[in-house]
Amino acid sequence: MLSLIHAFGMGKGRVMEFRHTYFYSIFWPRLRRNRLALIGGSVVLALFVVSLLAPVIAPFDPSAINAYQVLSPPTWQHWFGTDELGRDVLSRVLYGSRVSLKVGFVAVGIAVSIGTVIGLVAGYFSGLVDATLMRAVDVMLCFPAFFLILAIITFLEPSIWYIMMVIGLTGWMGVARLVRAETLSIREMDYILAARCIGCSNSRIIFRHILPNAVSPVLVSATLGIAGAILTESALSFLGIGVQPPTPSWGNILTSGKDYIEFAWWLSLFPGLAILVTVLSYNLLGEGIRDALDPRVKR
Amino acid sequence: MTTYLVKRFLMLIPLMIGITLITFTVIHLAPGEPVEMQMAMNPKVGKEARERLTKFYGLDKPLHEQYFTWVGHIVRLDLGRSFSSDGRPVVDKIKERLPVTISLNIIALLIEFGLAIPIGILAATRRDTWLDKGITVFVFVGFAVPTFWLALLLMYFFGVKLGWLPISGLHTLGSDSWGTGRYLWDLATHLIMPIMVASFGSLAGLSRYMRSAMLNVISQDYITTARAKGLSERVVIWKHALRNALLPLITLLGFSIPGLIGGSVIFETIFAIPGMGQLFYQGVMSRDYPVVMGILVIGAFLTLIGNLIADLCYAFADPRIRHGEG
Repeated sequence: MLSLIHAFGMGKGRVMEFRHTYFYSIFWPRLRRNRLALIGGSVVLALFVVSLLAPVIAPFDPSAINAYQVLSPPTWQHWFGTDELGRDVLSRVLYGSRVSLKVGFVAVGIAVSIGTVIGLVAGYFSGLVDATLMRAVDVMLCFPAFFLILAIITFLEPSIWYIMMVIGLTGWMGVARLVRAETLSIREMDYILAARCIGCSNSRIIFRHILPNAVSPVLVSATLGIAGAILTESALSFLGIGVQPPTPSWGNILTSGKDYIEFAWWLSLFPGLAILVTVLSYNLLGEGIRDALDPRVKR
Repeated sequence: MTTYLVKRFLMLIPLMIGITLITFTVIHLAPGEPVEMQMAMNPKVGKEARERLTKFYGLDKPLHEQYFTWVGHIVRLDLGRSFSSDGRPVVDKIKERLPVTISLNIIALLIEFGLAIPIGILAATRRDTWLDKGITVFVFVGFAVPTFWLALLLMYFFGVKLGWLPISGLHTLGSDSWGTGRYLWDLATHLIMPIMVASFGSLAGLSRYMRSAMLNVISQDYITTARAKGLSERVVIWKHALRNALLPLITLLGFSIPGLIGGSVIFETIFAIPGMGQLFYQGVMSRDYPVVMGILVIGAFLTLIGNLIADLCYAFADPRIRHGEG
């Protein structure tokens, strides 16, 4: 039924209504019953709030230097202690969430856009186009991703925008394979044939009729991808090639954590915990969405 | 089997061409000629080095000719000379570092698989018990732990706080003059933390994968048959189910190689281990392009070879491919 409505473009409203109903009657109740996914989702929401309100919540200016309280262990005044310049670690960690959030979403946005388009084109046209694009995916997968990222960054000035772009440009292959597989099966459906019969152009079929039905698995890999991008950014910043000081990022706070590991455990512990909790939450949410979308999982 | 092998080897050709194309693109990604960039960012590079580079990349020729010149060098394993003050050939530098990285990664792989297989089986056979749930929690946390942070924590506890393990390098200074036993013990204590960090990275994913592969196999008919004819659970799991559950793991072995090689940058840098990852990092920091590009190509080819070996092992282990025509 849906496919018919879809193909003949009868009433956009009804299709939307169907999706709306699907969301409220199947997807959302299933997701809500998954306690771990809910916890993950709540933490993710909380992180949004924290990064938006960082200037309000943070007890100190994240770059305010205090020569009298250098490397102070956690106290009532400085919950997470202070760093080698006497800056408040809690405030820096709170501000660091902004970097992670930005990197996560922009990098995954880039990766998902590239991967989706390549997957759709490869799956829809098949033949030589498909073979070429999929070999390109294989080639990209041959490069240790971290090596490729580091190599590209070497040629560019370190900046958060380049980091996001490069993480996105090196992370689209999984999405491309996923979307291609979906497209291959959707392409054979009757409503696509119907669309072709009434003279829809290839691009209209791809973007109007296949895309909406191929995106749900992408949602899962996008959520998990955000977690991966946050991890990569923190590793790059930790190595000094990512977000540059004085802008606080969880990775570059850990760099000083490494330098002062013998005197200041708090410099290493708290930013690392922030990464752990964030990545864990995105992963839990992603797995929850996967289960909620999967018709085979019964709960 | 022969057809399969031929096909598999033929597939390598486009992949190799692709690898060189992408690396070549990366070199030319920067605005302006690579040599100009190198001069601007690294004033230490002298005039002579500049001419050598122009010649090496054939920069006075059109782009496609440059590519073929460059590929010609790569094929002969000529990766150019390092920009660093010693100016040694990149190939020699990599040759000295490669064995360290490869042996560390192989040890890490063995430990990973050695732990992940029993963990996955335990979780699958005790499905939905507290043990399975505990393992799932461990897996999720394992996915989320940044490896460099784990390295820092280990360094703090075992190196600084307890003082049990050395926190950097492969040897204690002056260990060359020690007896073999003491020398090896020294090496082993230096290796414990790096290997823990290296293997922790994929342990979570592997155990999870093993669990689902095992669950998948257990639900099949032949397992029910084995149980129905009265075999003990131990025989059913370890003899009948395990072999089939292990098959997909071989493919995973191939997939985990780029991650391992890439991860070596992090743990080698943190623990100051003189391997390829550290060389790469130093190259990146000092903008030593020949080293960076050389390792990028070598890293990709290593992955390619790793995948090939994994595929061949799979073909050999799976009778459907071994005896089939395909």
